[in-house]
Amino acid sequence: MYSKDGESYFIVDAHIALWDARPENIRNVQGQQFIDCFYDYHANLSPESEVWTKEAYLYQGGERLMKDLFEDGYVDHAIFQPAHLGEFYHRGFGQTDEASALAAQHPDKLTYNHNFDPRNGEAGLDQLRADAERFGLKGVKLYTAEWHGDSRGWRLDDPMAYRYFELCRELGITNIHIHKGPTIRPLDRDAFDVADVDHVATDFTDLNFIVEHVGLPRLEDFCWIATQEPNVHGGLAVAMPFIHTRPRYFAQIIGELLYWIGEDRIQFSSDYALWTPRWLVEQFVDFQIPEDLTEYAPLTTAQKKKILGLNAAKMYDIEVPAELRLPDADEPETGPRQPEAADLGAMAAV
Amino acid sequence: MTLTAGPPTVVARLADDVRRALDVVMDPELDEPITDLGFVRSVEVDEAGGVEVHLRLPTSFCSPNFAYLMSSDSKDALTALPWAARVVVQLDDHHDSDKINAGLAADAGYRGTFGQEAEQDLEELRETFRRKAHTAAMERCLTALLRAEPDRDVESLGDVRLSDLAPGQHTDALVRRREAVGLPLDGSSPVLVDHAGIPPDDVPMALRRARSTRISIDGNAHFCRGLLRTRYPGSEEDQVHRADGAEAADEAYDPTFIALTTLTTAQTKETTR
Repeated sequence: MYSKDGESYFIVDAHIALWDARPENIRNVQGQQFIDCFYDYHANLSPESEVWTKEAYLYQGGERLMKDLFEDGYVDHAIFQPAHLGEFYHRGFGQTDEASALAAQHPDKLTYNHNFDPRNGEAGLDQLRADAERFGLKGVKLYTAEWHGDSRGWRLDDPMAYRYFELCRELGITNIHIHKGPTIRPLDRDAFDVADVDHVATDFTDLNFIVEHVGLPRLEDFCWIATQEPNVHGGLAVAMPFIHTRPRYFAQIIGELLYWIGEDRIQFSSDYALWTPRWLVEQFVDFQIPEDLTEYAPLTTAQKKKILGLNAAKMYDIEVPAELRLPDADEPETGPRQPEAADLGAMAAV
Repeated sequence: MTLTAGPPTVVARLADDVRRALDVVMDPELDEPITDLGFVRSVEVDEAGGVEVHLRLPTSFCSPNFAYLMSSDSKDALTALPWAARVVVQLDDHHDSDKINAGLAADAGYRGTFGQEAEQDLEELRETFRRKAHTAAMERCLTALLRAEPDRDVESLGDVRLSDLAPGQHTDALVRRREAVGLPLDGSSPVLVDHAGIPPDDVPMALRRARSTRISIDGNAHFCRGLLRTRYPGSEEDQVHRADGAEAADEAYDPTFIALTTLTTAQTKETTR
């Protein structure tokens, strides 16, 4: 929990990882390039005081994770969203055993989501059944840019993927977190295309689809799809740290999300260990839309509370102290959520 | 960017030719020349007409289709130089560097380079981003108009014609983007249209969608610049300032940057955002 100026915020970090990119786990040049790329993200967007050494960045371990999130970072509950990356790392990038053991040890603080890859076919379906039982899964993290043998990406609307979603439905895995990386298949099309999210969200209305990084670098495509689908949500992983070096861009991202999907469908995350939650929570609570961006209404305290934790808590049935809860906004399920407050010149038209 | 030693005037002139030739190569996603983005890592030329250019990108995992487009467009632009006898273009430090560089060396084309991962060509991809570039340019002009005329009704933007726009960078940019997607350029043409020239039924919604596109392109263009600077220290020397989407933090990398707060008129403000 974080408190400031008489307000208290329940914090759910909805996208964290316990990864291992130490040299002994790196399988090939791509594994090296992947962690180098993460570190550049970290170094480029963090405040100077929050930049780690490269060595510290390669692996954190459970103890440091618990400290960074729960002792220093104000987090009440965090959700593992592991990327497998078996083609790049010998034992995978996200550390399944270690992270799930940590979650089992601290069930009040941690939820472990796992992943699947429809290219594993029938055997993968059996594995998903076993994983659901082993981890008590409520959610999965899917990375469509994962490499797999000769294939360098898959689509959510591939027929085999539908079999997996049907199984998710059967097993009660309701929260599907999607990371659209640079998916190489089909190479002719935009690698970050989110059109497949539209198809699955329409066909599986009883599942929640949380698009991580709010579709970045395709914010506009994400907003347009998400506004039409009541079961599509936006995860702020990677978008959050822009609050520091690019606050106007961050303001516009938040302003667009509030307009297109509304305050009940946006989830905070630090994307740990890409970044740490402490400074992100502090800066977000202090944040306001710059006054000259008159196309957006000012951000309210209630909106901040929902984004920082209440929305994810609701999706994951995480208990929130009664005094910190808030009701849903009276907003439409689809279409623009606050058109009257959200445009330059619109006031003149009202 | 490094140049090889040699007779200074000749080599310098040829290297300059190379750079000017590369000015026409665009990053389709960011809608900017690769020379402005700092993606040209080195240029080597010799008097016998040999050219070797190395390109670099903000991350190893930038989309390979864009990486290929920029690399092969660079090779095409350099091969067209009348004096160029031998052209080598290499993409450095990308996860597909080996594949792309081999394809470029063999002039294998898109399908020859990527094999089964390539279906037809990258024309649809280029067109998608030409349309987005047009959408963003259109939004910049119309939002500037709204800020300049705060009492203007958003609905009335549907009636704005090209000749109603104030002359300046944003209008020039819109005209160029209209030309690229094949829209008419005469003053009586409506501004708020899609790539096919069709006006929207819902004007405020169309403006909002266009705005999200503009925010996305500006945000990506600055983030990519920042990542390149982090990945290749010193590369800021090769980057040209981008006014659209600029923020206070950019001042550190750009001596010509003018902070928003020091500007007074609404119109000037708009052009620096």
